[in-house]
Amino acid sequence: MATIPANEGFDAHHDAHDHDHDHKPGFFARWFMSTNHKDIGTLYLIFAIFAGIIGGAVSGIMRAELAEPGIQYLGWWTNFVGGNAADFNQTLHMWNVLITAHGLIMVFFMVMPAIIGGFGNWFVPIMIGAPDMAFPRMNNVSFWLTFVGFCSLMMSAFMPGGTGIGAGTGWTVYAPLSTSGSVGPAVDFAIFSLHLSGAGSILGAINFITTIFNMRAPGMTLHKMPLFVWSVLVTAFLLLLALPVLAAAITMLLTDRNFGTTFFDPAGGGDPVLYQHLFWFFGHPEVYIMILPGFGIISQIISTFSKKPVFGYLGMAYAMVAIGVVGFIVWAHHMYTTGLDVNTKMYFTAATMVIAVPTGIKIFSWIATMWGGSLEFKSPMVWAIGFIFLFTVGGVTGVVLANGGVDDNLHDTYYVVAHFHYVLSLGAVTSLFAGFFYWFPKMSGRMHSEFLSHLQFWIFFVGVNLIFFPMHFLGVQGMPRRYPDYAMAYSYWNKIASIGYVIMAVSIVIFFINILYAFLAGKKAEANYWGEGATTLEWTLSSPPPFHQFETLPVIDDAAHAH
Amino acid sequence: MQRNKRANREKAETLTMSLADTARSMGKAFRTFGRTLGVAAALTFGAQAMAAAPAAPVAAEAPAAVASDSAAAAAPAAAEAAPVDKGYYTPMKPTPGKGQPVDTGWTFQDQYSPTGEQALWMHDVILMPIIVAISIFVLILLVIVAARFNKRANPVASKTSHNTLIEVVWTLVPVLILVVIAVPSIRLLAHQYEPAPKGAVTVKVTGYQWYWGYTYPDNGGFEVISNMLSEEDALKAGEPGHLAVDNRMVVPVGEPIRIQTIGSDVIHAFAVPSLWFKLDAVPGRINEKVLFIKEPGLYYGQCSELCGARHGYMPIAVEALPRDKFEAWVKTQPGGTVGAAPAAAPAA
Repeated sequence: MATIPANEGFDAHHDAHDHDHDHKPGFFARWFMSTNHKDIGTLYLIFAIFAGIIGGAVSGIMRAELAEPGIQYLGWWTNFVGGNAADFNQTLHMWNVLITAHGLIMVFFMVMPAIIGGFGNWFVPIMIGAPDMAFPRMNNVSFWLTFVGFCSLMMSAFMPGGTGIGAGTGWTVYAPLSTSGSVGPAVDFAIFSLHLSGAGSILGAINFITTIFNMRAPGMTLHKMPLFVWSVLVTAFLLLLALPVLAAAITMLLTDRNFGTTFFDPAGGGDPVLYQHLFWFFGHPEVYIMILPGFGIISQIISTFSKKPVFGYLGMAYAMVAIGVVGFIVWAHHMYTTGLDVNTKMYFTAATMVIAVPTGIKIFSWIATMWGGSLEFKSPMVWAIGFIFLFTVGGVTGVVLANGGVDDNLHDTYYVVAHFHYVLSLGAVTSLFAGFFYWFPKMSGRMHSEFLSHLQFWIFFVGVNLIFFPMHFLGVQGMPRRYPDYAMAYSYWNKIASIGYVIMAVSIVIFFINILYAFLAGKKAEANYWGEGATTLEWTLSSPPPFHQFETLPVIDDAAHAH
Repeated sequence: MQRNKRANREKAETLTMSLADTARSMGKAFRTFGRTLGVAAALTFGAQAMAAAPAAPVAAEAPAAVASDSAAAAAPAAAEAAPVDKGYYTPMKPTPGKGQPVDTGWTFQDQYSPTGEQALWMHDVILMPIIVAISIFVLILLVIVAARFNKRANPVASKTSHNTLIEVVWTLVPVLILVVIAVPSIRLLAHQYEPAPKGAVTVKVTGYQWYWGYTYPDNGGFEVISNMLSEEDALKAGEPGHLAVDNRMVVPVGEPIRIQTIGSDVIHAFAVPSLWFKLDAVPGRINEKVLFIKEPGLYYGQCSELCGARHGYMPIAVEALPRDKFEAWVKTQPGGTVGAAPAAAPAA
């Protein structure tokens, strides 16, 4: 399918003294001034794992606090960030800081950097047969903006944020709680962190779109691109169109907070609900930004381990486009209880349900890809099949929530928490693990332990289901979100969820042991360690690939089925 | 009740909620209301005769106590202002399992409003069977695929990658399923938005950081300030901790109540799960929705929009009483009046 020239070690710098054909720059230049898409992808992945540890630890604090009714640990954490736990309001404020931090970290600094910055950077250029991204220097800027954004968010946790220390506005940063309701620099820093990482993501999106449209190898037409590339392309458009709206909304928050404007203040003719419209115009595409690249990863994996091309390739590609388009016109289903007009609510109910159709096409096409295949249950495949089931469960509760009349009861309860964790924590994160085990040997050159990966999957599967399935029960029983404490009747399922967290945490420990094992004792990975089913271009390169690949472009011949 | 039955009967119909349909159900609501009004009027006059004059219109200053976030301040004032009916209203004891969550519960709370019953029916009869079936269907397909098409059972993979028929089928069947969901869903929405009839009791719910205020513009304009009871006080009162409040929102049972919500500082949300009611209280705007409670009882809810530190500590308790008892309660409030039809429609 692809003709790859032997790696003949083209000399980029004739004065380079090392004998390494790759001519890697020195440590600082390589990792801090990087223009190499693979190195930047690695940086993104390391960063995302680091942020994921922090975000996951925060959720551990939350689950510990919720394990029993009453307030147990918040006081300690209040003192930890420099507050005064003797003031009960400050202690309770700490809870809001935790939920805010958990949401922002997991969305902006874990899932997005890992799935777009990490895997996207690593494999989009390789899969289309390009030597690198279109704008390598801008690629580096994207990463460091994200990094600095994260620092800004971390700093906000130690600054006054109104009632207590840190930004306690929720990741949605609703006005007026985030404006007149939270004085002090913490919220400004949290908002600024979104500006920074948002700018990084916009630059990244421009980079991906340019790369995919202009740098495909000869013969790699759009309709031959692997589905992962399609998914990143659609995601990049969502980022490009959605993030500026968020930037505008949070800039208005900043000016409302600091410069006397009243965009969201009714006292000056503004409207708090306007903020919600702007936020969710970004926020709904955002959830697809997090899950679409996951769809792409799952498509690659299912095809590889079924030893079959993806079923209904065009339908799969355009289903993602459809999800992306429809994703922009359903935002107000996050706002059913704000007092929307009845016709508005009817429209958003109908529009939201439409999304189930392309999503269903994807689920069924994955199953049809496996149908008739010769399935090998290697670790990425097990994670991918787990993804399909968990995402289905998360998807169908979305159909329930889509009904504006039913959502009147479920809105802002734990049912919603269960729903979006099934599609994100169990969906996007499962696809991240699937992609990680699929490509880790390719990236590192070392095989991970299949046994440990399988073990991690099963423990993770049990753990996350124990955490999140009971939350449906709490939700229908009426337990509201974002509560540090609850009525006795809710204690049983909360306890179960907290036990589930411990089990899930064990699986994450196994994950790190597996990485350690790979680097210390893992077998060297061949170029195509998954065998005949793996047909995309990254499998034609060594593991890890050369520092610069495709110095002579590969040619995709017509008979190929690259997808 | 009646309306709910109608919804049940119509569940098979596949027409979308047309204007005509809306108008019809609205007409029905008005007729129902007319009957209710008749009964209510009779009760009102009866109660008035009984209670006679003493509902003093004097304590009009009491709402000024509103701003104070200490509910304790408001309560004694009420007692002083209208001592006469004090004995008549005693706070209702909660009924276990009614209007509150139950231990290890995993279903919706029992519903006590017509829209709640209809929505619950929508969830239990339409949505749940469909989503459970879809999940199980996908699970079964995955199990079949894993069993039949693993490497050992099927060493050579087929190369099939297209089948137009099946692709059309799995696009159209979900569309049909969604239509089956959408029709009753749209009807439910239309139902929930039926406007309150003229003259319905109005309760203006104000969300404060971090307590609720309930103003009764039709009954003298007094405001009830409602704070959470501490865990011990709640237990002493025989009420569930974290849900019990000092002063409840008391409303008449069996008639439409116009609930208006507004936020005084940040956004709050007035939510009562067993009445299928949730409406944001947004600063600078008044949201309005009808609440209809079918049975006397005590219905608990909690603030459902993040509003700052004590977001989890501003519960809601709605006590629904028969008309006469409701009016007796009104008279215990400072400046509370009944009977005289509200001169002007409350500000909307």
